Amino acid sequence: MSGSLILSIVTFVYGLAGFLYICAWIFRKQIFGKVATWVALAGLIGNTVGILMRWVESYQLGIGHAPFSNLYESLVFFAWVIILIYLIIERKIENRIFGAFTTPIACLVMAYASLKPGITSAIQPLIPALKSNWLIAHVITCFIGYAAFALAFGVSGMYLMKKSRDEDPVMWVEVAKPLTLFLFATLFSRVLFVKDWVLAGMVGILICLVFFGLVLLARNLPAESKARLLDRFPDIRILDELGYQLILLGFLFLSVGIITGAVWANSAWGRYWGWDPKETWSLITWFVYATLLHARLTRGWHGKRIAFLSMLGFASVIFTYFGVNLLPGLHSYGSF
Amino acid sequence: MRNQAIATDPFNKIWNFFTSVRLTIVLLLSLAATSIIGTLIPQNESPQAYLQAFGASVYRFFDLLGFLDLYHSWWFQTLMLLLALNVMVCSIDRLSATWRIIFPERPKFNLSRFRRLEPKEEFTQNCAGEQLKKPYQATISRNFRYCRVEETDTGYAIFGERGRWTRIGVYIVHLSVICMLVGGVIGTRFGFEGFVNLAPGEGASQIQLRSSNQRMQLGFTIRCDDFKVSFYPSGAPEEWRASLSIIEQGKVVKSQDIIVNDPLHYKGISIFQASYGPLPSRQQDVQRPDELTLVFTSKATGMIYPKKAAVGQTIELPESLGKFTLDEFRNSYDFRGQDLGATIIGTLHQSDGSAVEVVLPVQFPSFDKMGPIFNKIRKDDMLISVSGLKTPSVEERYFTGLQVSRDPGVWVVYTGFILIIVGCYIAFFMSHRQVCVDIIESDPNCRIVVTGTANKNKLGNELKLKTLAQTLSQENFET
Repeated sequence: MSGSLILSIVTFVYGLAGFLYICAWIFRKQIFGKVATWVALAGLIGNTVGILMRWVESYQLGIGHAPFSNLYESLVFFAWVIILIYLIIERKIENRIFGAFTTPIACLVMAYASLKPGITSAIQPLIPALKSNWLIAHVITCFIGYAAFALAFGVSGMYLMKKSRDEDPVMWVEVAKPLTLFLFATLFSRVLFVKDWVLAGMVGILICLVFFGLVLLARNLPAESKARLLDRFPDIRILDELGYQLILLGFLFLSVGIITGAVWANSAWGRYWGWDPKETWSLITWFVYATLLHARLTRGWHGKRIAFLSMLGFASVIFTYFGVNLLPGLHSYGSF
Repeated sequence: MRNQAIATDPFNKIWNFFTSVRLTIVLLLSLAATSIIGTLIPQNESPQAYLQAFGASVYRFFDLLGFLDLYHSWWFQTLMLLLALNVMVCSIDRLSATWRIIFPERPKFNLSRFRRLEPKEEFTQNCAGEQLKKPYQATISRNFRYCRVEETDTGYAIFGERGRWTRIGVYIVHLSVICMLVGGVIGTRFGFEGFVNLAPGEGASQIQLRSSNQRMQLGFTIRCDDFKVSFYPSGAPEEWRASLSIIEQGKVVKSQDIIVNDPLHYKGISIFQASYGPLPSRQQDVQRPDELTLVFTSKATGMIYPKKAAVGQTIELPESLGKFTLDEFRNSYDFRGQDLGATIIGTLHQSDGSAVEVVLPVQFPSFDKMGPIFNKIRKDDMLISVSGLKTPSVEERYFTGLQVSRDPGVWVVYTGFILIIVGCYIAFFMSHRQVCVDIIESDPNCRIVVTGTANKNKLGNELKLKTLAQTLSQENFET
């Protein structure tokens, strides 16, 4: 059994855990939640074993290196950190509904790593630029940061679900909402899995329709069942604080990730900062979250505004990670 | 923030402008938004490349706005400078205003404020309050660095506090940002960045600077004694190893092998293994082939199609990608001053009827990636490379591309790196906490109320207060 096979199985285990968390949320059965936790834990162990086996296999192939060297391996590690942090939070706040919003993210990340054409799960030898201990420090810190931001994104989503009902609709906000969603959905379907913009636009429209269909459905639910869905969400104050704590964690690790990258670049190329698209986008992400922190700490922003900024920040994270491939960067190693 | 209302003279006005956090937010978002532009337009390319990509008028417009070297343009640097000033002024202003409050001679505890705090942890003990003083004081001073007992109208209160110093965490972060910017400025003003290409056996005492067209004397000679390139079986590079000697006044003063990630340092100057290339002499050995293999990789399906073709021949491409004519085979091709060696020139007739010239250097199979970037007519639907063109000479010979640079600001920047990590940790995860254990005598029992404040992570603090109250209520005082 190879590491890659185990990781493929883990994808389904995470999917099952997510399904069980959603069942526990909707059908309000404790037993689903408890099983879901164990399934998620089993997935985490499988994920760990898969990563370690790839490490061993790389040595057996005679090209031994830590399993953090390409897109596939970074995505697998990303899912691992998401589940790990989630399980810690679950223990702390003793609420499993959060799992319905986070384990599916991990499942999607794993599925994307396995299924996307062009992402190879083969263990590849390291090119000279990657032969550095900074690689390990850089990848680990970056992905702890990204995972914390992904979880903060999930918490922001929950916050908005719980909060969004009790306000009067404002005209321009109502117009801006679908437009923003459409733009982001189009951009990210182009970035992540569609080859051209027209198709991406259609996927964007589809995502908008599904999303607003669900919103409409939720609005027309009888008040009683609506309350049933939301009443066991963590308290609004806890969601706000939890999202904020995750962003603090993410910001610290994003900073360390950028720094380890800079120190590494300095030892490989003699410059710690070169404004190439990837570097620049990580800095843009840093700026967005720095804005969030200042808005919250000194201007007293809370709740919805912070939730939206947190979502914008995560969009920037995804773009840093994947979108850079779309950009006209000529910065690749070894001549051209 | 302090003097906002009474600002009249220009200095105060400017000062107050820079103390605004709204300015910080505007600057951070402007920097984020404008940085995006620089990632959409390739930076620092040659004018010819831009002219080809955008046309003359758009090129002039971009050039005027500084979009082609955005991060060094005057307005981007001004934004950074404003942010630096903003961070500095804000920090000085707040720190000087609150220093006395943050660090008083003796911490003040306002009992009535603590009594108003919510939530409260309350319990009773079956003994006189006086009996609890010693053990409680011991518990509080175990958990809090500073501990003090004060008499109150209803008994006494024990105050504790810790982490007052963590309030400077945010200033450490701000200082780190200044450090990084200052380090960057030192690097660009007093450092240099250049490169030199050396074939084995060659030496150089001057380098080509990247920032200008000038050359610079190093004061010593770098000699390349040997240069080896090794490949994995897949064809990906495994290692570039250059054996270098530093020669000063005719004597070898240092010899070292350098590989990527392991540079040579000498007198504050660092020499990096940055790139490599084939030596032109080898290229003359290549015979013009009768027939060669072109590899077309479709971006839509990921399929790879090898096709044989001879010079002058036109071949039909799969997936309706068009036709390809192999126009010419050259033994050398000049690309921005560098000889790419054996190169195929062809014409791609795309499915929409347009025709574009395609340059395919044999040595650089991914060179064609840049095709669609430089020529907007070219569709970004496939990658073309040449394969199977073996050179007759057995030993491949390469030159090494060395990056030679000096950056005296790097340690200032690294200090900033350490400060930002330490500062963020303090600012985010450590807090200034105060606790008040209010003992209210009501003979023969006493009632105990525990309240506390924290400047951060209020929820976490509430949990800690709960635990503290539990410990206090369970303590045994009979002995």
